[in-house]
Amino acid sequence: MALLEVRDLKTHFRTDDGIVKAVDGVSFSIEKGETLGIVGESGSGKSVTCLTIMGLNPKRNTISSGEAIFKGENLLTMSSSRLRDIRGDDIAMIFQDPMTSLNPVHRIGAQLVEAIQLHRDVTKKQARARALELLKAVGIPRAERRIDDYPHQFSGGMRQRVMIAMALVNDPDLLIADEPTTALDVTTQAQILTLMTDLQKDFGSAIIVITHDLGVIAEIADDVVVMYAAKIAERAPVANLFKRPHHPYTWGLLGSLPRLDADVERLVQIRGQPPSLLHPPRGCRFHPRCPYVMGVCKTVEPELLPAADERDHVQACHLDVETKDREAAKVLAGTMAEAS
Amino acid sequence: MLRYLARRFIWAVVLFIAVTLVAYVLFFLIPNDPARLVAGKAATDADVKRAAHFLGTDRPFYVQYAKFLDRLIIHQNLGFSFTNRQSVNSIVGNAAPVTASLVFGGAIFWMLLALPIGILSALRPRSLLDRASMTFVLIGISAHPIWIGLIFAYFFGFKLHWTPITGYCDFINPSTECGGPVQWAYHLVLPWATFAILFAALYVRMIRANVLDTMNEDYVRTARAKGAPERLVLRSHILRNALLPVVTMLGMDISLALGGAVFTETVYSLPGLGKAAIFGLNNNDIPTVEGVIVFATLAIIVFNLVVDLLYAWIDPRIRLA
Repeated sequence: MALLEVRDLKTHFRTDDGIVKAVDGVSFSIEKGETLGIVGESGSGKSVTCLTIMGLNPKRNTISSGEAIFKGENLLTMSSSRLRDIRGDDIAMIFQDPMTSLNPVHRIGAQLVEAIQLHRDVTKKQARARALELLKAVGIPRAERRIDDYPHQFSGGMRQRVMIAMALVNDPDLLIADEPTTALDVTTQAQILTLMTDLQKDFGSAIIVITHDLGVIAEIADDVVVMYAAKIAERAPVANLFKRPHHPYTWGLLGSLPRLDADVERLVQIRGQPPSLLHPPRGCRFHPRCPYVMGVCKTVEPELLPAADERDHVQACHLDVETKDREAAKVLAGTMAEAS
Repeated sequence: MLRYLARRFIWAVVLFIAVTLVAYVLFFLIPNDPARLVAGKAATDADVKRAAHFLGTDRPFYVQYAKFLDRLIIHQNLGFSFTNRQSVNSIVGNAAPVTASLVFGGAIFWMLLALPIGILSALRPRSLLDRASMTFVLIGISAHPIWIGLIFAYFFGFKLHWTPITGYCDFINPSTECGGPVQWAYHLVLPWATFAILFAALYVRMIRANVLDTMNEDYVRTARAKGAPERLVLRSHILRNALLPVVTMLGMDISLALGGAVFTETVYSLPGLGKAAIFGLNNNDIPTVEGVIVFATLAIIVFNLVVDLLYAWIDPRIRLA
């Protein structure tokens, strides 16, 4: 049985302008110890998907449906007290901006101790020892002294390490990382990613990593979900996705990776804007931006179907396999040149 | 820390001189002769001259100011009232506890009102309670304390007989016709309420806005993601941060409120600093006015310092340097 199985997850927000369908029928699963990457543009629903799983959307204007089965229990329908037991214990979360995700008025030690004592019946002293152990594990230098510092005394990268320590402090089965490296500079990004993969080996947690950076996906993910406009465009094991991408949107993402070798004037981009989730386009949601658009795309919404010969690889596109393989090969030829 | 205190002290001295000097200069710009008032209606020019010499008002204002400073700093003496020859030290000494009772009691009153209302309306925005409290805020900010005072005195004091309309009772010493903590509070309920309304309104609005802002902070989401129950999230993560600026504002407003106390003291005829100052102004009694100014300036300086130190203590991001 999968550790977490998400089925037909929908999250709709009531706003003054109408219903925003931020997540509209998303399904995926993740096994123990595995890493799943969710990739997509801003506003594609990747963060909302995870916040819904954690039950962290504002209650007042959110309508969620579907299932998120975690170890046999549906996270979406369980009582809020049961969900609180799971949050921070079995499932932990790291957020995008380490500068604002730690409480500025509490010492980091106190924030870690709080995380422990919410779920473990231990003394403050034991909790502090555990907190210190984690701070050392995430590579905070002189952790014995820094444990009594306040968040503003840490750099961004160090704060993200503290966030990771706080997330891992109760040895969670699942760690959700919402753009964990986006707010960091490039060298720090690499350090944090390495840290996460190293810790995954030690702690055995499954990780869901949300990102808009395919480089991050390539580095740490086992499976990839590509989201576009609140829906899944393509879902595949990472090797498949980079070897044989089926969806024009995925090609766009791959093609827009910055290239150092070719003498290009400007970065390649996917033309157009992400659609409004208040009034998403009819048919395939990507059709207004798709270079391969056909008549059928404008009226019939493509189903998420297994790709030709790979069972784990599903995609939602009307194009025929021959065209897909031909176009994918062109895109890959471009990106491969970068790799070599 | 020591350097910080030293710098604050120097600024306090500068501020003190500026305020008291301006008060002296202003007095000399008023075309009125305190000596003539003191000497009485039937006085001859010679009498007035003698009175002026006796009061010291025949000297240029800078000499008078220097004398005032000398008396104050060397002898801790604020001089004697022009009108009734009472020691200004004792005038201020008698009036200060009244004003302090009004201001600090009023501050407690307005915080007791503003904290629950502000927090509850932030937790339930657009609810009936929120709308009702915003209406209260609008009225509280728009209505003048004298008007509120008169309305309160009329309804609660005159019509309903719930409270006395005027007068003051000492907290400890029953030297007047009444005394003791109960009578003291009983006589001050209406003044406190009157005094508190404006600030309560301002604070409801401020607390509501701060709590609403803080609720959307990332670290509040982090706390929820850790599995913290809502009560703990509110207390330890939202309120702790949302109320930090309120502490600063409270310190600044309490000193500001000394000015507002004048109106309330007038309406309920409380023998406080405001009343002493108005009495002094009406009688060209510069020693009394300066006495009140000196006391108020010192109080404000000390209060602001205490607030700054307190703030540095509760907010780890602030370091005094």
